[in-house]
Parts: sequence; structure tokens; C-alpha cells
Amino acid sequence: MPEINYLSDTGKHKGIMSWLTSTDHKRIGLMYLYAILFFFLIGGSLGALMRLELMQPGQQYYSAQTYNALFTVHGIIMIFIVVIPGLSVVFGNFFLPIMIGAKDVAFPKLNLLSFYIYLTGCALAVASQFAGNGPPDTGWTFYAPYSTQTATNVVMAVFAAFVLGFSSILTGLNFIVTIHRLRAPGMKWFKMPLFPWSIYATAWIQVLATPIVGITLLMVIAERVLKIGFFDPALGGDPILYQHLFWIYSHPAVYIMILPAMGVITEIIPTFCQKKIYGYRAIAISSLAIAGVGYLVWGHHMFTSGMSTTAQWFFSLLTFIVAVPSAVKVFNWISTMYKASIDVKPPFLFALGFIFLFMIGGLTGLVQGALATNIQVHDTAFVVAHFHYIIFGGMGFAFFAAIHYWFPKMYGKMYNIRLANIYWVFIFVGFNLLYFPQFILGLQGVPRRYYDYLPQFQTGEVISGIGALILGIGIYMMIYNLFRSSKKGAPAIGNPWNGKTLEWSIPSPPPTENFEEIPVMTEQNEPYNY
Amino acid sequence: MSEGNHKQEEKNDDVASKMGMWIFIFTELLLFGGLFLVYAVFRVKYADEFHRAAAQLNTFIGTLNTVILLVSSMTIAMSVTAIQNYNKKLAMNMILITLVLAFTFLVNKYFEWGLKIKHHLYPSSELMFNLKHGENIFFSLYYFMTGLHALHIIIGMTILTIAYVRVRNGSIHAGHFTLLENGGLYWHLVDLIWIFLFPLLYLIT
Repeated sequence: MPEINYLSDTGKHKGIMSWLTSTDHKRIGLMYLYAILFFFLIGGSLGALMRLELMQPGQQYYSAQTYNALFTVHGIIMIFIVVIPGLSVVFGNFFLPIMIGAKDVAFPKLNLLSFYIYLTGCALAVASQFAGNGPPDTGWTFYAPYSTQTATNVVMAVFAAFVLGFSSILTGLNFIVTIHRLRAPGMKWFKMPLFPWSIYATAWIQVLATPIVGITLLMVIAERVLKIGFFDPALGGDPILYQHLFWIYSHPAVYIMILPAMGVITEIIPTFCQKKIYGYRAIAISSLAIAGVGYLVWGHHMFTSGMSTTAQWFFSLLTFIVAVPSAVKVFNWISTMYKASIDVKPPFLFALGFIFLFMIGGLTGLVQGALATNIQVHDTAFVVAHFHYIIFGGMGFAFFAAIHYWFPKMYGKMYNIRLANIYWVFIFVGFNLLYFPQFILGLQGVPRRYYDYLPQFQTGEVISGIGALILGIGIYMMIYNLFRSSKKGAPAIGNPWNGKTLEWSIPSPPPTENFEEIPVMTEQNEPYNY
Repeated sequence: MSEGNHKQEEKNDDVASKMGMWIFIFTELLLFGGLFLVYAVFRVKYADEFHRAAAQLNTFIGTLNTVILLVSSMTIAMSVTAIQNYNKKLAMNMILITLVLAFTFLVNKYFEWGLKIKHHLYPSSELMFNLKHGENIFFSLYYFMTGLHALHIIIGMTILTIAYVRVRNGSIHAGHFTLLENGGLYWHLVDLIWIFLFPLLYLIT
């Protein structure tokens, strides 16, 4: 094992500056990890505060206005700062170059710049909570015309989302060029591991969809600052137009979150089954199919907003079609497990959790994609349950799976596996207790975003609250385990799980330049060749 | 950055940078694409009022600016060719002419906006509020689109100024001129967007 790795090689600067000025994709990935973890805990705490208010009907701790601010800030932080960048900036940065056999991304300096733009966006988002006339209360969607009228500090929050979007575009651009230009000799497109494939599809969505929300957010700012009436009906504008423009980005954004998650799961399952992935090409192409079709389904967020019947069923049909490539992936994962000798380790457990929760989230998504049932469940707790199953049960669990899978590679240390198994139970049970009752409450008609509810719904809300507590305990146990192990864990070998992708062929933690010599891909070292 | 990164970067430098620039240009087009969509929606909704409002724009200045930008696109392309032919002086002069033309564009824009503002026709003015909805939205779009475009002109001028300095000190030369070429690409983008803005705002009345 070489002495120098990316953690000990400080380069020109010492201490904290050796991180802040580093263009090493691995160090940038870790900085993103800490930033995202920090904001995840803040966003999660805001969610917990909401659940606290909902433990009893009536007003307990905060006013309706405070509650509005809570769910808005929770949404902005979780969506724009945590889950949209999430997997792609942390594990994409850290592992994409290694997995394709490169020494870094195509534009290392631009990569660092993206990170600082991201931090600027985070700072603006945080500042928007304190500066001006109180935190925004529009919901994370900034729907017009309310967002153009409310006295709260919308402009800064909207600008934060714009800046974060710019960072996202630059990261996507960097990854696309990296994958085109820096694959190791012999690594043809269909010899590339599937996590890079999913990052590739994601990067295209980032590049193609984000500008639309960028210009929309600028128009909201112009509307507020200059009293221009693009979206305000009182000035001749069109609020529905805002919804279209917003969802043209924000629905594909869901796929920005979930595609890398699927990529992670696709890496973990063959490793712990010690078996070649089933249907490699189908998985690779379904990523692109999801990215392509997912671009054209945004209207399903607006079935109740006013839209022609033709458009409604066009969007409904496409929504059902986009479920097909997602299901293709699920079938492939399950088929890979068939007759395999499965080694049930924490990353695999989280991957299983992902599949289970993602299926519930996906199928309840179809309930809303169908035009008739959509009217029933629109804007109810059912929707809240659905997207938390997708975003948290999907992307969140995949993130946990990824960190447990790659932790020994990133830090060169192994975490406590027994403890990991225990908190997996906490997280899985807590998650379901928290969100499943919301499906039932939603079907019974409980609206989302209300700080109050009728007394007969208390049982469900209390179960949710208890679930939140269990989930929170599990998450803190996980953070304790990982932080402690990153310092004091037993040393990990280069390939603890017997994985076959390139990151497992180098020492843990990786050397500064990843590879002493750029690997040449042959039949022997192609991915998933067990 | 380590030595190895340098090597790998240099090996692919030009093709990768150009690819990155094209993708970035694509995102810029989509940014304005969102605005074109908004324009289209309101054009259909307020056809008559857009017609009347557009008639008030000064087609002469608009045409003049179009010609200026088209010529500047040509001069920057000539600069890229000149640097490849080892003609450093010509390349520098062509960048300078481009910058002067860009500045002239902005001066024209200043007078055009200034005249309207003098007549109290600007967003959030009382006159604008008293206009019909469609006319208000037309002028709002006019300011928003041309304003965002002017911002791009300024960004483009910054890139070209950097390119000028680098050509002068020799770090851009016949063997390595990606920055100048990418700056030129960006400048063509700015030009291209104007080619769409001009008819949409000035000509279709």
C-alpha cells in the first residue's frame, strides 16, 4: 500500500486550506458530503418540528404562519440543497472518475467553482430565513401569484434556488464531458459500470432542464422587484404559465434525484450477490429512457389547475409510460438476486429497503397519474406520503446504502457492522411508521400543509410522530457510527466486498491520483465479471 | 492539482473544453427558450395589444444594432482564423474591433432605453400600469429580454477582453487558442439570440 493517499496528501497548503483549495474530485466529494449532511440534519429537524405541532389537533406551539415557514424552509433545504445535488455531487464526484479509470474529472477547477457556487446558494438560502420580513411561506414551489404578493423574504430564497441551479448545471456539464473524454482505454460505452451510466443520464437532465427553472425564477424576482406582471392575473399575467414553467424543470428534477440512486443500487446488488448484473443493457438504456420520457410528464402536477382534457390524458399516458423503464430496473435487480449466494451486509440491507420503499412510492405515484384518482388525492397527505417514499425511501435510502458501501474505500476504515444492522432496523421501521399513515390520512381527506386537523385523525398523526422519533434515533446512531469509524475504525482492505468495478482495484483510501497507471479494460476486468 | 491531472487534462484539453462550451451554449439557449415560450403564450393571448405596442419600438436602432452584432460576429471569427495563421497583430485588432462594436451596441441600447424611460415608459411606472395588460406585458418582456441579452453582451465582452490580454502576452497562440475560440462561440451565441429577439420585438407588429 503506498504511503500517500488523498487524505494525507495536503498538496501546497496545510490544514483546512488544503481542503478548501483542493481540485481533487475526492476531496471535493467529501466537502459536499459534509455540507449535505449538515443541511440534511437542519432540514430533518424542521420536519421534526412540524411533526411536533401535529401530535395534537389545534394549535400547540406555533402559529399557522410559523408552520407555513417551517414547511417552506424544510422543502427548500431538502429539495434544492440536499436531494437534487445529493448523490451526484458526493458519490458522482468521488467515484465517477475512479470507476471509469480517470485521474480526475474533465475540469477540476470548474468542479471546485461549482462547489463554491453551491455554498453561495446555501448561504443565500439560510440568509433568506433571517433577512427581510421573515422566512418565505410559499412552499418550496414558489407558486405565483402568492409568491409575487407575500410580504415575506421570497426574493432571496428564489435567488438561492437560481444559484444552486447554476451550480447543478456546471456539475452536470463537467460529468458529461468527463464521461465522453476520460474513459479508460478499452472502456466502450457498454463496458462502463452502471453508476456512471446513471450519472450520465442525470447530468443531461441537469443541463437541459435547469435553465428553464432558472429563467422562471428570474421572472419571479423581476415580478417582485419591478412589478412586472408575467404571472399575476391582476396585471394580465398567467399563474398557470408559472406552474408549467416550474414543473418543466421540477418534474425532471425528481429524476435528477432518483437516477443516481438507481445507479447506486445497481452497483450494490451484484457485489453482494457475487453475480453478474442481469440485463446490463436494459438497465443502461432504461436510465436514458427515464431521462427522456421524464422530461415530458410535468403536466401531471397540474391536473387540477386547469388544462385541456387532451393535454391531461397525454400527460397521464406518458406518466404511465415512464413507470415502465423504472420497473425494468426493479425486475433486473430482483433477477440478479435469483439463485445468488447473497451476503447480507448493511449496504445490501439499505438497497433492499430502497427497492421495497421505491416500489410503494412508484405505485402510489401511478394512483396520482390516473386522472380520476388524482382529483381525489391532489394536495392531500397522500401526496406527502408518496413523494417521501420516493425521495427519502428512494434517494435517501440509496444515499445511506452508498455511504455504507463506499465508506471503507473513502476513509480506509471499516464501520461497526453490527451497529449498522441495528440502526437499519430503526431507520426502516421508523420510516414506514412515519409515512405510511399519511397515505391513509390522505385518502380520508387530510390536506397537506395544514398545521391543524380534525380530532378523528389524531391516531394516524401520532403514529407518524412516533415513527419520526424512531427514524431520528436511527439516523443519529448512523452518524455516530460513521463518524467514530472514520477516526477509530479498523483499517479496511482495498476490496472488502469483493467488488469488480475499478474503484475496488486500488488501495483504500485511494491514492491522490487514483491510478498509478491508467487501467486498460479487457474481458477480464470488465464490470460485474464474477 | 497534481502533475497527473495536468497531463490528463492537457491531452484532452481542447476537445473537452470545446465540448463543455457547446453544452453551456445549449443551456443558454434553453434559458432564453423559456422566455420565448412566455412571449409566445402572451402573443397569442394579447395579439392586438402586442401589435400596437411593438409598433412603438424604434426599428431603426434595432436594425442598426442587428447590423453591428452581425459584423462583430464576423470580426471575431476573423480573429480566430488570424491566430491560426500566426497573425497575432490581426487577431488582436479584430478582437478590438469586436469590442468596440459591442460597446456601440450597448450605447445604442442606452439611448433606446433612455428615451423610453424619459417618457416614463418603464416597469413599475405609472404609465405602464395604465396601459392595457397586453401592452404592459409586451414592454415588460422587452425590458426583460433585451436587459438579459445586454447582460450577456457584457459577459461576452469580459471573456473577449481576457482573450485579448492572453493573445497579447502570448499565452494564446496558433497551437493553443481554445479560450479565444470558446469566447468566439459565446459571442456567436449572443449574436444568435439577438437575431431572434430583433424580429420578435421590433419587426412583427
